[in-house]
Amino acid sequence: MFKKLAVSTIAAAMLASSPALAAGELGKITDYDFSFEGPFGTYDRNQLQRGLQVYTQVCSSCHGLEKVAFRNLSDPNGPELPEEQMRAYAEMYEIWDPELRDWRVAGGPDKFPESQFEGAPDLSLMAKSRVGFSGPYGLGINQLVNGMGGAEYIASFVDGFNGDEKFEAGTMFYYNEASASWVSMAPVLWEDGVEYADGTPATKEQQAKDVAAFLMWTAEPKMVERKQAGFVGVIFLSVLAALLYLTNKQLWAPIKKAAKEE
Amino acid sequence: MSGIPHDHYEPNTNAEKWIDKRLPIVGLLYDTIKIPTPKNLNWMWIWGIVLMTCLVLQIVTGIVLVMHYTPDADLAFASVEHIMRNVNGGHMLRYLHQNGAMLFFAAVYIHIFRGLYYGSYKSPREVTWILGMFIYLAMMATAFMGYVLPWGQMSFWGATVITGLFGAIPGIGEMLQTWLLGGPAVGNATLTRFFSLHYLLPFVILGLSILHIWAFHTTGNNNPTGVDVRRTSKEEAAKDTLPFWPYFVIKDLFALAVIFALFWALVGFMPQFLGHPDNYIEANPLVTPSHIVPEWYFLPFYAILRAFTSDVWVVMAVNWLSFGIIDAAFFGVLAMFGSIFVMALVPWLDTSNVRSGRYRPMFKWWFWLLVVDFFVLMWAGAMPAEGIYSTISLIGTAYWFGYFLVILPILGVIEKPLPQPATIEEDFKASLKNKSGGNGPSPEPVPAE
Repeated sequence: MFKKLAVSTIAAAMLASSPALAAGELGKITDYDFSFEGPFGTYDRNQLQRGLQVYTQVCSSCHGLEKVAFRNLSDPNGPELPEEQMRAYAEMYEIWDPELRDWRVAGGPDKFPESQFEGAPDLSLMAKSRVGFSGPYGLGINQLVNGMGGAEYIASFVDGFNGDEKFEAGTMFYYNEASASWVSMAPVLWEDGVEYADGTPATKEQQAKDVAAFLMWTAEPKMVERKQAGFVGVIFLSVLAALLYLTNKQLWAPIKKAAKEE
Repeated sequence: MSGIPHDHYEPNTNAEKWIDKRLPIVGLLYDTIKIPTPKNLNWMWIWGIVLMTCLVLQIVTGIVLVMHYTPDADLAFASVEHIMRNVNGGHMLRYLHQNGAMLFFAAVYIHIFRGLYYGSYKSPREVTWILGMFIYLAMMATAFMGYVLPWGQMSFWGATVITGLFGAIPGIGEMLQTWLLGGPAVGNATLTRFFSLHYLLPFVILGLSILHIWAFHTTGNNNPTGVDVRRTSKEEAAKDTLPFWPYFVIKDLFALAVIFALFWALVGFMPQFLGHPDNYIEANPLVTPSHIVPEWYFLPFYAILRAFTSDVWVVMAVNWLSFGIIDAAFFGVLAMFGSIFVMALVPWLDTSNVRSGRYRPMFKWWFWLLVVDFFVLMWAGAMPAEGIYSTISLIGTAYWFGYFLVILPILGVIEKPLPQPATIEEDFKASLKNKSGGNGPSPEPVPAE
């Protein structure tokens, strides 16, 4: 109830605004439920860990994550890997060290590698650069009411291949329903394509949602802190506004009384 | 400072007298903060304080952001991400700065339309109005250059499109564009000079704002009736006014707290909502985004810019008359700057003797139509420049110019104004009686931006 109220208050305040516009034509996007939606939503740690697993076993063979440091995997409100586990994870990667002028094993402060080849965009900010998917007429209504955004787009995209293929100009193209276009990225998710450590059944949709949640976190790692700051600020300012309202009322009371009595 | 008679600062102690003889700053501050202010100001008179707060917010957050930002085409995008990820509280600072610009523009538009409705631009406040227009222009330049700094796709392509406007000027255009960009195209030289100017201009705005305040402190505030404060004696003036401190400071602070609570909710819960997602893709000169759209606060003027295509008869006529010097692109640039120029000239275009729109029955309708026109243009500016949207932009633009150049001059002659109250005091009393005893401040619905 409170969550709904908060959303509608903001909605009312913002209705006449001109929000982010859709970046292009879009196809079928599913409105998945994510734990981080709404003003009080937070990341689901287990989901982020599963998403990390999907990224590592599937996406990372082509796509980089160059803005994210391995140590971030242990940050609060993230996947929260224990310190040793995070280090062990980093050690799976070899990175180029410009000072050593050689490749070396990665450590906590190092960042994930860049994309393996030019055609594959870096995924660090993908979820944020796709929030423009925002419902009818680009008015941001879906984004506002349902919290639909980049994560929904990513999940719909990776789960959105219908199996059509065509070979053109020396490249294979695959039809994707989420982007409603032929794309050069091949379908990468399969039923039980990964085996989740926590025993969650690895359906295609589950993997898609998990990796989308993980990529939302890589794009906006401070989301939970931001919402907390927002919440505290709104409470504080509301109390301040109430006190100032009363002060103002009392301050003007004698002036208004005098004006009325004359 | 004010022309309205009121009590001035008298230094009492020896120390006060000593300093007052040498630097009368205490007296200046006293007169500024205690300035007699019309009693009947309504809730549309709070936006000045909101704007001043926005300016301070932008300067303070901006100064801290600069400590972590790197103005270099190869590093700028990454340094903004560094702020978002690694700097303590950096994500909040950056979101506050980004959305703060939007609050700044929302407030300035309401402030401008307030002035247009209540005739705040009319004699003797023309200088205040003109200074305000300069502030607005400086704000647009600052916001535009600031938007380039994160070096995302929209930063890059927005800069390319907007500086291209200068290239449309016949003869010197190309030279001017190269000079602005520091090279043949948007690049590192553009980024560094925009960064430098983005840091400089806010202080120019601050200076202009002080002049703006000085100007209306000299003439006195306008008020919802547009009736002047009685100035024959201190006693009479006191019947129409109250000192700014504490009456209006507290009132303004209350409004400020409400607006900032909403603003804080926007920053905390949906900071991306009004921004463009493409700006989270690093600038790439080889890939042009499908729609290049400026931030919402530029959209009405962007619509005016794009409204004039070469198939509009006005453009064809001007093109022919100017022997082809003024083509469609240049015409659009002239129209965009012209739309702000006619607004700056409004003190001389409005021929009515009555200041406040409250007592102008015909004016009211045209004014609200202008407000609607502003939003229609904003919407049209966000749409692709083709088909029906171009026509809508053109109609909207025609009304914008028509309002200032035709309607206002004619209205002043043909309109029969309603009776105005004799004094501000009378209006203040009447407003209290109309509320049937309820004396709590009830904020008017704030036009959402």
